[in-house]
Amino acid sequence: MVTTKPVVKSGTGGKAPGPNGNGSKRRNGHEFLQPDPHANRYRIGMWVALASIGMLFTALSSAYVVRAGAGGDWVDIRMPRVLLLSTALILLSSVTIEVSKRNLKASSLDGHSRWLLLTMLLGLAFLGSQLLAWKQLARQGVYLASNPHSSFFYLLTATHAFHLGGGLLGLIFVWTRSRFSHAVTVSPRRQAATDAVAIYWHFMDALWIYLFLLLFLWR
Amino acid sequence: MGRVLAVIIWIITALSVLLFVSKKWWFPAAISEHGPALDRQFFITILVVGIAFTLAQVGLGWMVWKYRDTGKSGDRGIYTHGSNRLEVLWTVITAVVFITLGIMGQSVWAQLRLNDAPAGAYSVEVVAQQFAWNFHYPGKDNVFGHTDPKLIDDSSLNFIGLDPGDPNAKDDSVTAALVVPVNRPVELRLRSKDVIHSFWVPPLRFKQDLVPGMEIKVHFTPTKVGKYELACAELCGQQHYKMKSYMLVLPDEELNALRVLPQEQFQTQLAQLLAKYPTVID
Amino acid sequence: MSDESHEGVHRHPAPTGFIRKYIFSLDHKVIGIQYIILALAAVAVGMTMSLLMRLKLSWPDHSFGLLGTLFKAGAPGGVMNPEFYLSLVTMHGTIMVFFVLTTAPQGGFGNYFLPIQIGAEDMAFPTLNMMSFWVTFVGFVVILAAIFFSGAESTIGPIGGWTGYAPLSALGAIAGPGQGMGMNLWIISIAIFCVGSLLGALNFITTLLNMRTKGMTLMRMPLTCWAWFTTAVLALLSFPVLLGGGILLLLDRLAGTSFFIPGGLYVSGILSGTNPNFPLHTGGSPILWQHLFWFFGHPEVYIAILPGMGATSHILATFARKPVFGYRAMVFAIFAIGLLGFFVWGHHMFISGMSPYSAIAFSVLTLSIGVPSAVKTFNWIGTLWGGRIRFTTAMLFALGFVSLFVSGGITGLILGQSSLDLAMHDTYIVPAHFHLVMGVASIFGMFAAIYFWFPKMFGRYMDERMGKFHFWVTFVGVYCIFVPMHVMGLVGMPRRYSQFTEYGFLDKLHPLVLFVSISAIITITVQLVFYFNLVWSLFKGAKAPDNAWEATTLEWSTSTPPPHDNFAGVLPTVYHGPYEFAVPGAPNDFVMQTDAGVEVSSNGHNGHH
Repeated sequence: MVTTKPVVKSGTGGKAPGPNGNGSKRRNGHEFLQPDPHANRYRIGMWVALASIGMLFTALSSAYVVRAGAGGDWVDIRMPRVLLLSTALILLSSVTIEVSKRNLKASSLDGHSRWLLLTMLLGLAFLGSQLLAWKQLARQGVYLASNPHSSFFYLLTATHAFHLGGGLLGLIFVWTRSRFSHAVTVSPRRQAATDAVAIYWHFMDALWIYLFLLLFLWR
Repeated sequence: MGRVLAVIIWIITALSVLLFVSKKWWFPAAISEHGPALDRQFFITILVVGIAFTLAQVGLGWMVWKYRDTGKSGDRGIYTHGSNRLEVLWTVITAVVFITLGIMGQSVWAQLRLNDAPAGAYSVEVVAQQFAWNFHYPGKDNVFGHTDPKLIDDSSLNFIGLDPGDPNAKDDSVTAALVVPVNRPVELRLRSKDVIHSFWVPPLRFKQDLVPGMEIKVHFTPTKVGKYELACAELCGQQHYKMKSYMLVLPDEELNALRVLPQEQFQTQLAQLLAKYPTVID
Repeated sequence: MSDESHEGVHRHPAPTGFIRKYIFSLDHKVIGIQYIILALAAVAVGMTMSLLMRLKLSWPDHSFGLLGTLFKAGAPGGVMNPEFYLSLVTMHGTIMVFFVLTTAPQGGFGNYFLPIQIGAEDMAFPTLNMMSFWVTFVGFVVILAAIFFSGAESTIGPIGGWTGYAPLSALGAIAGPGQGMGMNLWIISIAIFCVGSLLGALNFITTLLNMRTKGMTLMRMPLTCWAWFTTAVLALLSFPVLLGGGILLLLDRLAGTSFFIPGGLYVSGILSGTNPNFPLHTGGSPILWQHLFWFFGHPEVYIAILPGMGATSHILATFARKPVFGYRAMVFAIFAIGLLGFFVWGHHMFISGMSPYSAIAFSVLTLSIGVPSAVKTFNWIGTLWGGRIRFTTAMLFALGFVSLFVSGGITGLILGQSSLDLAMHDTYIVPAHFHLVMGVASIFGMFAAIYFWFPKMFGRYMDERMGKFHFWVTFVGVYCIFVPMHVMGLVGMPRRYSQFTEYGFLDKLHPLVLFVSISAIITITVQLVFYFNLVWSLFKGAKAPDNAWEATTLEWSTSTPPPHDNFAGVLPTVYHGPYEFAVPGAPNDFVMQTDAGVEVSSNGHNGHH
């Protein structure tokens, strides 16, 4: 028995959809400041992007685990001390971006951009600190191709740094908007964009902690 | 148009089935112990596949034959969004059939791959390299001599890096063709010097990759005396298409006499045997 | 009309300059067409390559003068050499899988129709959308460069098959022809393609989740949208793995690392570490590459075919004048296929040397993926049952899709069994299987899509006489090409051999090889009719009204071709499920999703009350 008897009423004078069906507004000019019915797309898009970045690092970490068990040629490299500084810096930057976000929510725009700037500086300091770690290793004669552990160390830190660099660009984008806008209220779109950058930044922080543990505590 | 399509679908179906049923182009006769079991599993599978294929194509043809638009105005199709009962029914049926088939298919696999070679198996080390096969026999002592890639020397024909200083290596032989006993388990220890190759003897119903950096042990039991073509089945470079050798299956006593010979006699004797046996290709 | 209070949905005004309008356009419709053009160019290259391969296989020693002139290194004196053949194998596979089967169904049709079908004015991130196309385009340029800039071996591309197994692909020029710069470019091109696809997938998912118009609930979406969405999720989660693998492979080649290269290799007379051309490698795992590759590679199969399934469901319902049978089951089946697709990659590796125990798990999971595939087939046939089928060219190709999907998919029951794989692996039954299902069936889905949506995209119908000729020859042709390959596989004919002259057991297959080559030459030639039809219909085709096929979904409720913001400022509201055909009592035999005036009780759900 697969057929169905539908209830159909014809010509009931269907209400045509109001043109304002989903509350869309035409926006000209200062797009960033205008209301945007789909502002949430920044947050959604960010989570989707993070799923993808997460898969990249999952792939690299499973390669790490497999490779560690494969050849008898694994030599543990000594952890460069400066990585502890890196870790502290990036943890701190997560705090500062959170403060910056709260400032925006409270419409304290000056505070918002100041804390953003601080986050950027901490991010740059983190990258500098990572570079120092590379230099320390190179001084010990440990290079990319020296042994599988060092290969993965350079690769994972570089890939992380590259993604963190993307986060810095995001911060610069949000920061310039906040520096050069004259709006007094915060549009949902701007709120969403800032949220998205903050989500990304926290993810980079957590990712670093994960990589740090994988590289130096696993096994 | 619908009728033409239906007929064409049916003709394609019939010809495809015929191509398989006629067996004009088919497996060579199996020459291994597991071969018949594998062939049986293939037969059961192709039966299920054939029936499902035919039913689906005939059904599709029937639908386009029967339900074409006649152009009568006001004539409409059946209004339905489906039937949960049918969905459950065909999901359960296909799940049972497919998964049963999948589980049945594991028996040959388990027998070959989950067990080590039986004790007393005849061992040969296979070392593949770009476009050639090397078969290393342990000789009288039944112990393989030590090999090391550093000792590979093509100019002195030491292709697998056999260590001349190792006493176990003294009675070993290395040849370019594989010779194995009939009706006795054969263990192959597969290695590669450079890239991935794959050991493939069609009538043996057997294939295994040779992966550099690994020694992969596999086993099978040949059941028919004869000379068979051995091919490489994994893309290994320019001359992949002619990375060819032979597998010679010999009666036990003939093989026993051969395998205790010193290397040079082993090679000449093997060459004579290869010339003597015709290649089995069906 | 331009005052601020006017209600409308312009996220970006229509551009006027040529470059912003047609080249660096932000409009998802233009980007979709760009993707389709890219795929049309790529498929022409890929088909030409298969033509050359067939020539080599059937006439291995014949001298083709033109080839000798064009490819001095690959075909000296006009006779193709083995390395040229193998580079054709590699490039044909790579170009077809990435730049045709991944771009046209998803980047092309998905881009054009997903936003319209869900009632959005554009993608969620138009700039990202533009970038994803141009990144993909750069990837295509790089892969073409791989053929022609391979250093000393000019005009011989990389050799490795589309799977690029390490260590052959990891060792560098020392491993033989086709392993030099061409291979680097091959990897780089794929990495670039991964990035482009990821940007696209991100956009698709966000758009679908966030931009659906009022009334467009998930279960009112056309099945095309479900297919594009699932495809995007697969791409999002699988391409990063390939990207990761590609980075490792490139480092092995260029930086001397040993991710995939084991120790003690002796290649072309040189021991690893004894020569500057062959640095010391230790301990790498060749099988690791296969795991990374196939973790991507298997979902990729579904990335290629799911959009075809979506288009087929959509078109079958439209021309059978019936609702899709079992809409809900179809959605679950798409999901089940997508999900299971992530757990079966090991069936490509039964004889690779991986654990024989995991082979058992992979094998049983593989066979269970046949269940949702069968469910889809049953529902397609159920959709036709009791319909009033209109045999347009689009419909013929959709029916062809069903036939080919069955024929190609069902041999998965053979290949998915680890035992049978001992005999089948890397023989011709494998290319027979995946060409039918992932290649030809997907392409039939795209043919159906182009004949179906062309009138919406360009305001003119494609010519039906040429279209039908194209269908009949192609449908019969592809069966003639690929069915005989199955029995070649049973005989044991190995894949990726540049000629079949060396083995006695292959001799009896020569008539079949010739038959396949002739069928391929005819089928490929007839594709010119399709190309001609495309161009001819663009200018001379019969004019199409807004709703060209009396169809129901949103793309048919806007004007033809759709305006810049898709709905001329007024987003539609959706009242019905996507496939309300043959509704009893309704004025027409189709009820559009936007028809407020008609009430239908069962809104696109399984109407079994």
